[in-house]
Amino acid sequence: MLSQNGIPTAEEVTSVLPPAERLTKGPVAIAECFQNIPCDPCYHSCKQGAIQEFNDINERPQINFDKCNGCGSCMSRCPGLAIFVVDATYSDNEALVKIPYEFLPLPEVGEIVTAINRGGQAVAEAKVIKVQNTKVQDRTVIVWLAVPKEQMMEVRHFRVKEVR
Amino acid sequence: MRQIEIAIVGGGPAGLAAALNASKLGAQVILIDRNDYLGGQLIKQTHRFFGSKQQRASERGIDIALELANEVMANEKIEVLTEATALGHYEDGVLLVEQAGKIMAIKPERFIVATGGAEKTLLFPNNDLPGVYGAGAVQTLVNVFGVKPGKRVLMVGAGNIGVIVSYQLLQAGVEVAAIIEGAPRIGAYWVHAAKVVRAGVPIYTRHTILRAEGEGEVKGAVIAQLDDNWQPIPGTEREIEADVICLSVGLTPLTELLWQAGCQMTFVPELGGNVPFRNEQLETSVPGLYVAGDVSGIEEASAAMMEGALAGINAAASLGYTSDTLTADRQNVLDQLAGLRSGPVGEKIRKGLAQCSL
Repeated sequence: MLSQNGIPTAEEVTSVLPPAERLTKGPVAIAECFQNIPCDPCYHSCKQGAIQEFNDINERPQINFDKCNGCGSCMSRCPGLAIFVVDATYSDNEALVKIPYEFLPLPEVGEIVTAINRGGQAVAEAKVIKVQNTKVQDRTVIVWLAVPKEQMMEVRHFRVKEVR
Repeated sequence: MRQIEIAIVGGGPAGLAAALNASKLGAQVILIDRNDYLGGQLIKQTHRFFGSKQQRASERGIDIALELANEVMANEKIEVLTEATALGHYEDGVLLVEQAGKIMAIKPERFIVATGGAEKTLLFPNNDLPGVYGAGAVQTLVNVFGVKPGKRVLMVGAGNIGVIVSYQLLQAGVEVAAIIEGAPRIGAYWVHAAKVVRAGVPIYTRHTILRAEGEGEVKGAVIAQLDDNWQPIPGTEREIEADVICLSVGLTPLTELLWQAGCQMTFVPELGGNVPFRNEQLETSVPGLYVAGDVSGIEEASAAMMEGALAGINAAASLGYTSDTLTADRQNVLDQLAGLRSGPVGEKIRKGLAQCSL
């Protein structure tokens, strides 16, 4: 349970996922933000107007999945690093998971990394497709991972294989 | 004796915001800080802040510190005294300050105390072994000096500081064995907790440290599970290998100057200890003496900046300074503070503040 061990339950995760039909249409953001805390940068970051305006700063983000185009602008503005983008249409058996990442060394494009779930366990091998690190992201890098499709809602972190 | 309109003690987020807001209305300010830099604890906060856009949410503390400090340094109405310690506040309203071995007396018309907080510690056998640190010290080593405190850390306390410092240790390439927390729930924002857990750090709630192990230096710790009455459950003891034990068990307001000045004080556990009574203007029971930030109750840096702004505006306004937007500006800050404290995580603060309002 999130409040006891920092891991959201399956029910919590399901409650914020886009409908299966939306996933067939390309990349979409998922805000894994389960607590009412005073924070609203995600709303201000979305140029598509896909994150509903906050009446109260303690509200949780509500994503309009039809308006969201999966651009990922919100990902590097979220102080909790709690927003991910999933593209289930990447290939026949792989999905793309975009992960906010603030560790060194950064992986290289093409590198195979260990994909990790919300509990910190290794669940798959993943290939690095892109490493986004623009100035506007302000040191929160976004790493695109190609993961087995059945793991796209599990993989939320990764480990570079080389020993630091 | 130096005469000045407003003296501010503490150059952290609250003191910087107070200085900028008071000077903006036209007041002459002296800002005093014992460190050789401005920014207080902000200079160690490499993570993005929560809050609203107006409170610079999503910006990193280190960047906010630099921006505010530069703005203060460039402001002609603000005189900055660094490496200067406020030694005492006397009955006649005189503040004694030591700087570079010399003592000066300052007589301010208004006085804003923004001294922040100090870390609490924890009692357990061997807590004096080298390798037992406070989280603030670990953060200073890692984020200010670029020095690893050790190889493997046991973090005690899963509040925002414990969890954030754990994350920063991971970023520095230090292993974090676990985060233990006596309470049944994680105190930190859950997004922070989720971030360190997926990076491989387990969080054990209802757990405490029984003792540190090692001779001459920390080699590990024995932890145990707690029952509903916070007593260790026999048979649940286990050893955690670590060369650093990092204590992050809360902060307490640094109120010495307020006691000296004769402020009416009260013990409020929700705010971290003894705090001054204050009115909505943030003025204490001593007329002309204002408080802002953690000294008035332990809270987040965003709240400290808002309180600093409020104290700065009110202190300057009480001297007769005004602007066309004064009322609106003040109300804006009050609304933002209320917003920050309005949700479920602000409940403790609201409960605490209700006990020390004048």
